[in-house]
Amino acid sequence: MKPKVLIIRTAGTNCDKETEYAFRLAGAETQLLHINHIKNEGNLSEYKIIAVPGGFSYGDDLGAGKILALELMLWFKDELKNFIDKGSLIIGICNGFQVLVKTGILPDLDFKQKATLTFNDSARFEDRWVYLRKPEIGEQKPENIWLKELPEIINLPVAHGEGKFYAEKDILDKIENNGQVVLRYTDSCGKSASYPLNPNGSLNDIAGITDITGKIFGLMPHPERFMFEHQWPSWKERVLEPFGLQIFKNGVEYFK
Amino acid sequence: MIWRIDVFSKAEVPSRGLISQIRDLGLKGDFKVFCRKVYFVEGENSQAEIKTIAESLLIDSVTEKYTCQKGLFPEKPDSSEIIITYNPGVSDPVALSFEKAIRDLNLQVKNTKIARLYKFDGLAPDQIKNISIQLLYNPLIEHILEYGKAAHIESLDEFLGQKYQFELVSIDILNAGDERLKDISNDGCLSLSLEEMRIIKEYFAKHKRNPTDCELETIATLWSEHCGHKTFRGLIDYEEKNKAGETIKKTSINNLLKSTVMKATSEINSSNCVSVFHDNSGVVEFDKDFNICFKVETHNHPSSLEPYGGASTGIGGVIRDILGTGQAAKPFASVDVFCFSPWHIAYDDLPIGLLHPKRVIKGVIGGVRDYGNRMGIPTVAGAVLFDERFLGNPLVYCGTLGLIPKKKSFKKVDKGDLVFVCGAKTGRDGIHGATFSSKELDEKTVFLTSAVQIGNAIEEKKLTEAILRARDLNLFNAITDCGAGGLSSAVTELAGEHGVRVSLEKVPLKYSGLSYTEIWISESQERMVFFAKKGNLKKLQQIFEEEDVELTVIGEVTSTNKLELFYQDNKVCELDMSFVLDLPKLKKKASWLIEKEEEVYVADKTNYSEDLKALLSSPNIACKDWVLRQYDHEVQAGSALKSIYGIENLSVSDAAVVRPDLKSDKCVAISCGINPFYSDIDPYWMSALAMDEALRNIVCVGGSLKNTYILDNFCWGSPQDERALGGLVRAAYAAYDFSTYFGVPFISGKDSLYNEYSVEDKKISIPGTLLISGFSVLDDWEKIISANLKNEGNFLYIVGFTKPQMAASAYFRQLKIKDGFIPRVDKLIAKKIFEKLSDAINKELVLSCHDLSEGGLAVAIAEMCIGSNLGANIFLEAVPQDKDMHNYEILFSESPTRFIVEIAKDKKEKFEKELKGLPFSLIGCVSKEKKLVMYASEKEEIINVNLSDLRDAWTKTFEEFR
Repeated sequence: MKPKVLIIRTAGTNCDKETEYAFRLAGAETQLLHINHIKNEGNLSEYKIIAVPGGFSYGDDLGAGKILALELMLWFKDELKNFIDKGSLIIGICNGFQVLVKTGILPDLDFKQKATLTFNDSARFEDRWVYLRKPEIGEQKPENIWLKELPEIINLPVAHGEGKFYAEKDILDKIENNGQVVLRYTDSCGKSASYPLNPNGSLNDIAGITDITGKIFGLMPHPERFMFEHQWPSWKERVLEPFGLQIFKNGVEYFK
Repeated sequence: MIWRIDVFSKAEVPSRGLISQIRDLGLKGDFKVFCRKVYFVEGENSQAEIKTIAESLLIDSVTEKYTCQKGLFPEKPDSSEIIITYNPGVSDPVALSFEKAIRDLNLQVKNTKIARLYKFDGLAPDQIKNISIQLLYNPLIEHILEYGKAAHIESLDEFLGQKYQFELVSIDILNAGDERLKDISNDGCLSLSLEEMRIIKEYFAKHKRNPTDCELETIATLWSEHCGHKTFRGLIDYEEKNKAGETIKKTSINNLLKSTVMKATSEINSSNCVSVFHDNSGVVEFDKDFNICFKVETHNHPSSLEPYGGASTGIGGVIRDILGTGQAAKPFASVDVFCFSPWHIAYDDLPIGLLHPKRVIKGVIGGVRDYGNRMGIPTVAGAVLFDERFLGNPLVYCGTLGLIPKKKSFKKVDKGDLVFVCGAKTGRDGIHGATFSSKELDEKTVFLTSAVQIGNAIEEKKLTEAILRARDLNLFNAITDCGAGGLSSAVTELAGEHGVRVSLEKVPLKYSGLSYTEIWISESQERMVFFAKKGNLKKLQQIFEEEDVELTVIGEVTSTNKLELFYQDNKVCELDMSFVLDLPKLKKKASWLIEKEEEVYVADKTNYSEDLKALLSSPNIACKDWVLRQYDHEVQAGSALKSIYGIENLSVSDAAVVRPDLKSDKCVAISCGINPFYSDIDPYWMSALAMDEALRNIVCVGGSLKNTYILDNFCWGSPQDERALGGLVRAAYAAYDFSTYFGVPFISGKDSLYNEYSVEDKKISIPGTLLISGFSVLDDWEKIISANLKNEGNFLYIVGFTKPQMAASAYFRQLKIKDGFIPRVDKLIAKKIFEKLSDAINKELVLSCHDLSEGGLAVAIAEMCIGSNLGANIFLEAVPQDKDMHNYEILFSESPTRFIVEIAKDKKEKFEKELKGLPFSLIGCVSKEKKLVMYASEKEEIINVNLSDLRDAWTKTFEEFR
């Protein structure tokens, strides 16, 4: 049976349709709903996966993802708790990652904001492709649900103005020790590198994290922008497997 | 009560970017600047509520903290701080989001206002004042909150409008003589000529009454250059003379548009053209289910006054053109082309009233970035050009493409349809925008404050979602955007064949105080008008409510053939549709002097490596990846070829390619052609060359002429100037000649005239500039090719014929040489070259292809190398060329219709067979050595540069913008 995926959108969400498309390509049944609709007649328990896609929810006017995060907390906190407790999956991409961090769902599932994604060191929006490295085998503790079958170094694009992962040292140490950092910006060999390879100045080159169970995944890069080979900029020189699509497949496969 | 909340980062680091900009102003010494956000909240709120608002909405608890206090200012204001906020009446999108979030919290406030605070350390008050005006705010939309003036403000209402009491205003024109008529037009900012005022007077004399202000404004708007295109559609007496003063051509043109650009399209008569020069954008066939539409607009005048706001409302406007095509199209890609002044001018040398080019450049790019990115429409391609004459008048071209279901491609309007306005509320924004853009800019322009506004992308994004949902449920039957002239032009044009009755007091307002006329002509952004059947009202309301978008019925379509407007049951306008929509034809004079081109030579050199590097680093050629990367060029997931890309190496493409429908393998290549420099010599060839360039770029990526369509955007000086208008006529003639020659139809276009600026009685006019935007439907994304070199050992060919056509070339401009021969498109071979090369690419014989444009052969091959990290060896003797050419001519001539292509060794014969009969030849090969070597003859090496040096030259120019 195809797992059902809910893609949440609101004013300013703009990667919703392609995120839905990627989940469909990956074999899911999908529903793309406005948060006002979910508030009035939705039921989160119908779904196996929730995706919070990229964009500029409410223009990021009071900070990236801020108002959508507030609404999720005000309107769906208990439902989300139940959803998570049942072992369902959540993926937050770009603006969705910002939302997950600002609700406090990531890193600790306790609805308290402990980390943030703040303004890029370059102080502006940038869209560029980056190298990303998964933890080495053994380095990583939670079950790596979302990144299975992928090589150690992959390429995806980032496109954001507020993507610098930042947290106080104790929080940072904790998520590092727990192995919650699952994607880092690197050079082509997997080594730590400065701008533009780390495009925003993220601490510890963090591009994506999960919760302690590995089920809730937030990342700044856009996997839905690498579901076809032609999305990779240099595909006329060298064809790569669409790494992004694999991420969606992993989510769907988890329920098969 | 007013509360003030200041938000600032815990680390409070000084703003590095701002400090470096201040240093540009010439300020030295040790100083610092800090930025904060300031939120004012008015209401009967407790401190606890304000704390909730601050902590749950305004701060990022990890990185920021806040203070809060009562009142606008502290007891003792700090003179080292300035607070900047929007002027009354300018809509602030952040405040709208703020208020929405406060409602989410179930809290109530009366008003909010948002401001920016700058705190200076180590600078004197007069220095701060100078910095503020040069860098921090634009008095057209913002002001400094001054303690003396604002400290005692008790309600934020003081920032809003006053109450409005209805009073019908009529204007006495029946008793007005010519002088008075002129005054009425000038004083009312109507931009109507005396001749037009007389026609209006005659109309009202016939009706035995004076017009209301609303009627006069409606006529002025619909007859404006901006809405009515009266130069292009009017009468022109055109005369061409030679240097001896003899007339060689004399003709009267009735409607330049119809007799050139539109005529070409009707002669080509392509069956793929669905709706051209008719709707808000041109529509052509894409596949069996969908059509594609494309529109390019300019927003030059607003961008010169307020670059960020002007550019953002420019892109916002063209997106609405796409939404307002047929029964609404979905925007899927944008293209933006800018012409700026070079930015190295000292602040002290700037004429009064002009913004520094650096501020213009950053503002315009920022405006397009923030609006396009928030809309989720990828800005995939464009161009940025530089010339001194754009100092007072930058050019900002914004284009958007849309995808529309075939059965939604036409509007239907019936009697009894309800008239809806939806989207943003109406304010005093942009009043007189339409009539204003029909005037030249002068120092007085700064007082036309309301002509400038800023955009709210999220409002338009919500509007887009709501409209597309309603469209897919067949809930409306006609739609158009509120652009120049606001409701007045939208409603009138849409209902023109029937008649319409509108109640203006129903239009939702941002604040009170607007008169009925202001409501009618306001150009508030992010609004659309659509017509729908009464029975669909409920369903429409449901959708718009869920999407959180305002929707209001304001009137009804009638069958009276009249435009009837009411305000609280008072009739404020009754005009015959036939009168307002039938523009009087005014006659203008145009002339052109044909000058003979002079041969000119420069001394030969033995080595051109430095010349090549200098060209690569010139602003017009240097790499503009820093612009594209600020745009989200990949959203919607259809990106198939990016215009600039590469993680470590940088590659450029000639055209961007996008898949608008992820379910289809078909894709769209998007290109542009623009080179105003040729205009100085002959706008005829400027126009032909722009078209050749747009088509070359399409062919380079795998497109073919037969599925290609073009758009024209003429930006010109004043049409009152005979010679300028003569140049425009010549450019339009070439557009006809070459569109028909290539068989590539124009599907839409727009003109922007009066692009000039006077400083101290000296007029600076822009060079006449035609942008040709092209797009082509390609059947299979797998067959597109890119421009960078692929493999060592492959053969490199040049296709096309090289002539010593150096006039206005990048090389001659660098040497400040004005003469020479202008490149000409050769009608004997150009089309064949395009067709044969397209065939070869389609048969997968070509690995990479790049066109020769600015900087000629040398720059083109250098760009192909830079993008690949491979070198090349090139032999100039092999290039098909005119007799006795100098080496610099072969290297840098800008003869059109030329390409470099890379061919695998085993495809050599097939490729040569394909191009048989055309000028082409093998000129070299790809080498693994990382350098570009070019030989004049076998032993004479005239260029030898390492790839890293080429790359440095090409990428360092815009260092300060990166």
